[in-house]
Amino acid sequence: MRQEARGKRQGAGGRSRFGLRNSGMNPKGFHPSQVKFYAILLPLAAFMLLPMLFIFSHAFKPPDELFAYPPRFFVVNPTLKNFTDLFARLSTSNVPVSRYLFNSVLITLVTVGASIVVSSTAAYALSKKRFALKQTLFAINTLALMFVPIAVTIPRFLIIQRLSLLDTFLVHILPALAMPVGLFLIKQFIDGIPNEVIEAAQIDGASDLGIYWNVILPMIRPAIATIAILTFQAAWNNVDTSAMYVNNESLKTFAFYLSTLTSSATGANVVAGQGIAAAASLIVFLPNLIIFIFLQSQVMSTMSHSGLKQ
Amino acid sequence: MTTRLLAVRPGSRQAAWRNWRTKEASAYAFLSAYALLFIIFIAVPVLVAFFLSFTFFDSIQTPRFDGLRNYITLITQDDIFMKYVLPNTIKFAVLVGPGGYALAFLLAWMLAQLPKTPRTIFALILYSPSMTGGVAMAVVWQTLFSGDPNGYLNSLLLNLNLVQAPIQWLQSPQYLMTIMIVVTLWSSMGVGFLAMLAGLLEINPELYEAGSIDGISSRWQEIFYITIPSMKPQMLFGAVMAIVSTFQAGTIGVVLSGSNPTPQYAGQLIVNHIEDFGFLRYEMGYAAAGSVVLLLMVLFFTRLSNRLFREEASS
Repeated sequence: MRQEARGKRQGAGGRSRFGLRNSGMNPKGFHPSQVKFYAILLPLAAFMLLPMLFIFSHAFKPPDELFAYPPRFFVVNPTLKNFTDLFARLSTSNVPVSRYLFNSVLITLVTVGASIVVSSTAAYALSKKRFALKQTLFAINTLALMFVPIAVTIPRFLIIQRLSLLDTFLVHILPALAMPVGLFLIKQFIDGIPNEVIEAAQIDGASDLGIYWNVILPMIRPAIATIAILTFQAAWNNVDTSAMYVNNESLKTFAFYLSTLTSSATGANVVAGQGIAAAASLIVFLPNLIIFIFLQSQVMSTMSHSGLKQ
Repeated sequence: MTTRLLAVRPGSRQAAWRNWRTKEASAYAFLSAYALLFIIFIAVPVLVAFFLSFTFFDSIQTPRFDGLRNYITLITQDDIFMKYVLPNTIKFAVLVGPGGYALAFLLAWMLAQLPKTPRTIFALILYSPSMTGGVAMAVVWQTLFSGDPNGYLNSLLLNLNLVQAPIQWLQSPQYLMTIMIVVTLWSSMGVGFLAMLAGLLEINPELYEAGSIDGISSRWQEIFYITIPSMKPQMLFGAVMAIVSTFQAGTIGVVLSGSNPTPQYAGQLIVNHIEDFGFLRYEMGYAAAGSVVLLLMVLFFTRLSNRLFREEASS
């Protein structure tokens, strides 16, 4: 509604009244002043799209097109051969490829579910509860936004070893649940819920758990969707955990299997396996894209709460 | 809000106190799962890295206290670190960090001035490379930059007669770093970019009207005096995300070239150096010193961006 009002105002007097911002932020429709932005964005977007188009096209190429000279960007006779080859293959240690995919799906589902619960409960407490350490804990989490997990792979390894989590399913899941940016985004979103809503529920005799479940959760769906996406990306694309904390081949992820296909260090034949690797890359990439397309409007509404106040 | 509620409720002070206690307890209960995981997988690893960096530790014997030896070795004797890793890391971080950040802001600024539908489509296209990061795309880069005449870039250049012989893009020290930077920039329009786009759209349009009345006459003035100051929290969030993802992207050189160390250390970043010493040579204490340096670098750059946006607030 607000957007509509803004659009109308600009539509009516935009060009003459505010000479310099004749179209302005968040315009409602097309305006000649937007042409220059299209002129810059269209080629750039096309350029950024190229690698993704390539992966689509490459995955469906038959062998003679994969190695054609001169190479062709787009596929001419699409085939599913690369995909059937991929799933007919065994890894170097005789684990079927479908097993990696199963692991990835299971790990991702559990991680996303658990992450939503863990982050949203903590965010609710940090946003709406009163307790002595509230400010301190939030400050620590904000500091941890800077945390670079890759820097502490070795200490993490030692801890995971101590907790006998090496070679378990849990090692894929537990470290991913401590996601400062996830907690931060949900907390900022809950801050936007007026306290009166919670007070009203308290007067009605709702318990804390009841308030969390019946009041907070339904109101923070966009933030939940955002956390789901971020966790999904982290879990689904995760290679490091399989590479460092898991030795048992049948507990590794699909993304890890893909990395063995493209890494020359493991002796994979980059040229011969190209079609298979392209098919696997597409399988890794596509779910990311689909989920984001479905949830993008929710993500944008969460992001408007994302500011970091100092 | 709690206190107000308690005040109107009849009952002794003791009951109020008990009520308050149960409220605190429930807050900690809500926090407990996250806090526990945070301690185990973030706080303790950082402390352990800090502790190990002052020891000699080969992962078999117990760590032996070694004072500042690791740091001294890192600075004075580790030729590879001083000659390749540190300059590479700084070059990569400066170009990808602030470069990617400025790019993200400019793109978000342009997108915010388009109607909703094209804006959403563009945002999706720009954001999607960041979803997968380097690994899923390794096959794309390896094919595009393949070293044989069959590689896409080589074939194109050969056809145009720009080169006489195919170039080993990913194996030659000359080109690896440039390709790493391009590939990382390509995938750098992530969460920070979306946050800045959302921040731009939230700015009250009346501010712009007021600004034009106050004599702001160019787009650049408008960006620096109205747009950025009005969305400083998102700018800062974007900056932190840019810094973190820049350092987190450190494995791209290894992914592209397929080996650690990278050819002639051309793409060797501090993250690879840590992995090289930790997991390949089992010098855990030394690797931990590298980790601490990395964390301090992130901290330093974040403080810097913090300072930047606070100073603009006062001006």
